[in-house]
Amino acid sequence: MANEFPLTLAGLSAGLQKREFSSAELTSHYLDKIAARDGQLNSFISVFPEHASTMALAADQARAAGRAGPLMGIPYANKDIFCTEGFRTTCASKMLDTFVAPYNATVVEKLHAAGMVMLGKTNMDEFAMGSSNETSYYGPTRNPWNLGYVPGGSSGGSAAAVAARLTPVATGTDTGGSIRLPSAFCGISGIKPTYGRVSRYGMIAFASSLDQGGPMALNAEDLGLMLNVMSGFDHRDSTSAERTDEDFCAALNFDLTGLKIGLPTEFFDESLNSTIGSCLTEALDCLRRQGAECREISLPSTRYAIPAYYIISSAECSSNLSRFDGVRFGHRCDAPRDLMDLYVRSRAEGFGAEVKRRILVGTYALSTGYYDAYYAKAQKLRRLIKNDFQRAFEEVDVIAGPTAPSTAFPLGQRVEDPIQMYLSDVYTTAVNLAGLPALSVPAGSVQGLPVGLQLIGNYFREARLLNIAHRFQHETDWHLRVPPFAA
Amino acid sequence: MTWEPVIGLEIHVQLATSSKIFSGAPTTYGAPPNTQACAVDLGLPGVLPVVNGRAIELAILFGLAIEAEIAPYSVFARKNYFYPDLPKGYQISQYEMPIVGLGRFEIRLANGQRKFIRVRRAHLEEDAGKSVHDAYPGLSGIDLNRTGTPLLEVVSEPDLASAAEAVTFMRGMHALVKFLGVSDGNMQEGSFRCDANVSIRRRGTNILGTRTEIKNLNSFRFVERAINYEIERQTEVLETGGKITQETRLYDPDKDETRPMRSKEDAHDYRYFPDPDLLPIVITEADLVAARAALPELPAQKIARYLTEYALNQDDAEALISERGIAAYFETLVMESGDPRLAANWVTGEVFAAVNRARIEFSRVPVSARELAKLLVRIGDNTVSRSIAKQVFEAMWSEGGTADQIIADRGLKQVTDDGEISALINSVIAESPEQVAQFRAGKEKVFSYFVGQIMKKSKGKASPQQVNTLLLEKLNEQT
Repeated sequence: MANEFPLTLAGLSAGLQKREFSSAELTSHYLDKIAARDGQLNSFISVFPEHASTMALAADQARAAGRAGPLMGIPYANKDIFCTEGFRTTCASKMLDTFVAPYNATVVEKLHAAGMVMLGKTNMDEFAMGSSNETSYYGPTRNPWNLGYVPGGSSGGSAAAVAARLTPVATGTDTGGSIRLPSAFCGISGIKPTYGRVSRYGMIAFASSLDQGGPMALNAEDLGLMLNVMSGFDHRDSTSAERTDEDFCAALNFDLTGLKIGLPTEFFDESLNSTIGSCLTEALDCLRRQGAECREISLPSTRYAIPAYYIISSAECSSNLSRFDGVRFGHRCDAPRDLMDLYVRSRAEGFGAEVKRRILVGTYALSTGYYDAYYAKAQKLRRLIKNDFQRAFEEVDVIAGPTAPSTAFPLGQRVEDPIQMYLSDVYTTAVNLAGLPALSVPAGSVQGLPVGLQLIGNYFREARLLNIAHRFQHETDWHLRVPPFAA
Repeated sequence: MTWEPVIGLEIHVQLATSSKIFSGAPTTYGAPPNTQACAVDLGLPGVLPVVNGRAIELAILFGLAIEAEIAPYSVFARKNYFYPDLPKGYQISQYEMPIVGLGRFEIRLANGQRKFIRVRRAHLEEDAGKSVHDAYPGLSGIDLNRTGTPLLEVVSEPDLASAAEAVTFMRGMHALVKFLGVSDGNMQEGSFRCDANVSIRRRGTNILGTRTEIKNLNSFRFVERAINYEIERQTEVLETGGKITQETRLYDPDKDETRPMRSKEDAHDYRYFPDPDLLPIVITEADLVAARAALPELPAQKIARYLTEYALNQDDAEALISERGIAAYFETLVMESGDPRLAANWVTGEVFAAVNRARIEFSRVPVSARELAKLLVRIGDNTVSRSIAKQVFEAMWSEGGTADQIIADRGLKQVTDDGEISALINSVIAESPEQVAQFRAGKEKVFSYFVGQIMKKSKGKASPQQVNTLLLEKLNEQT
């Protein structure tokens, strides 16, 4: 039976429904694969075989009793940033190495209510701060396409696990590209929904005004199925959007005739790697053949996105991470001499270098005398960036471009060069600053490494984005390609 | 005096909500440590604040009552600092855009003059927890029950010119928030406390001196004494050629002095910024219209009305509006009895005394205003004297029943028959030849002796006015 399972949620759902296999069989299949293969990949921080098996049996019973939604009994992996009651949530930090939350994140609640089976918690950059998964306290995750390369970050564990077929789907979070970048680097599909679409309750905060949870999967349809469960208004999150429920799969097959795609000149300038550029040209041709028309647009404030993003996200993180003080939970230093010593050593020992760098930058940006020059100015730039997009969406339906300026880079290559590392997010951060939805789908390959196509939509137009991605995947096979590690 | 004090107050008013400002945990006082703190109050990773709508309503109510501008758009901000009883490492407060803007509040000075004190702003914030230093030897405990308790911080302009004015202002604010139900105003439990900013300057100058801030004053007496101490201290420093250091000081009631707590140099940089977890508070014109319509008659308006319409004195009027329930009781009593002065005397006299004796809240007074009014009517129509009425009231208080029933059952109806009273007078005169002689010798003081004896014989029921008139006639006619 092993290796005979369908790969996509739709396939798994149908198989379970027809009793071709049980959730228990499916779950043990993935658990076995994780046990056998993840030692090399390091995509999981925690795996819960007993819990997963119990949940799978419960799902099988529910299905037998006729109580089954489409995702009942399907395994998934949870980014280790979503709090899980009774199971540790580390955020890939020494600070939270032993932390067990007494509650589930809203996203986790929803996935479990749908009957999904949590296999484990995936590796990530510490507190989601990083673009390569190399800042994890638990060591870097490797890219299944080339084990010497990074999977991208910060949801790199989720991306690698999905790409390596260790889980059919995974959750991720995206503050400046953390779903889209690793999706691109690992050749999978990932969507960052509109800010407010998915509840942030129980999702450990990095930068509250930018953070957004979303699914990572092998294709657009699976993203839609996951988003159907993950999204929705949550009274526990004041920034959650009050909207009626939507079926994100309803429009998957809509015709693309007349679709207006905007191509920002700022995304396609000379700085774009030419091999990635030609992959994108091909991808856009595929959409054109289906009736879409492309036109040049301008997002003149794009160049401000990286600086504005690093000021705002660091400022918010410096405040959000103040609660990790060694007093109530998390890492506490041995034998503190006094209160100051408790704070200083607990935080010095508990946080890694990148987290400290961002806390320092953020603290500086909010300080008296610097606030106006940094934080206040960054907020003005954020407004300009938002306005750029709003003007663009008066002309076009979606915006297309690269997800990342390069394919995955070798492990260790950019660790010592934060600026180079930060520039990995040059095409993704503007979307978070504007709060827009965007997805990345595999659209090519350069020297055996996947290339991502990014599609950005107007607020709450996830269904349209998934529709375009689905039609694209109907005509291409990039999303079906299996990395050598999983072959 | 060549020095003139300049004082401003920051009053922390605990809002009377049943749950916390950003979580559903209860705000009840006095629970065992850490039993009223949920995951949000503890600042656990991933939790989020959700604002309590009632706290916003109460802030608007207060703002309208001090004629303040209510901001159509106000913003919660984070005030960042590390402290063990501050779980998130920041306090959610309001900084640049508070919910209540410039307002004013009138106080009455000792000389009877009136003065408007400007209120610069009032903003919503959450309280911190409490460090407990005496529970475990060598260790400090933390009680997070208070964490997230809603506060309205009211900041006055430095319009107060003496400790006495500051106390008058604070008392006025205290009465107002209690009256409006914005706060329970319980000072022992910390529901109403203030910081005082004090500086002095030479009379005639307009330049403000360097100020000090005295933290956490939780009684009117401490406010007065701390400010007076601080004025004296600053005067002495300046007169001996010294300089005032801008600093935060703590008042020690045992030693009756203020001591430095921290100076401006080690003041925190709080790195305020808008809280991205919370949406701005938007208050529409329609919200304000509704809030204004729901605004009750305010204490100051009631006092003015009591003075003009009911001809009460200021002290009685102030006592009657000290609680909204008292004012309501009084107003019902006036309406039903038709005698405002008598009603005022009874509430501030008999009713207050009985409340004190019974040690109960005014709201638990067992005699309703409607029933008491019937007794006052019986005083008015001379059915009972004032002193008999007190007996009736006591019976109504302790045993229940209506005034008329008690008067009838106990035969307390006033004796107003001239013949009956004359007979009593005659018998007392007959029994007291010695006192009669004294009276006639010009010792008029013995008159009250006769009155006393007659009232005693009548068991207090004889009409005092008639006794007076008839007794005087009798004593004089036999001369």
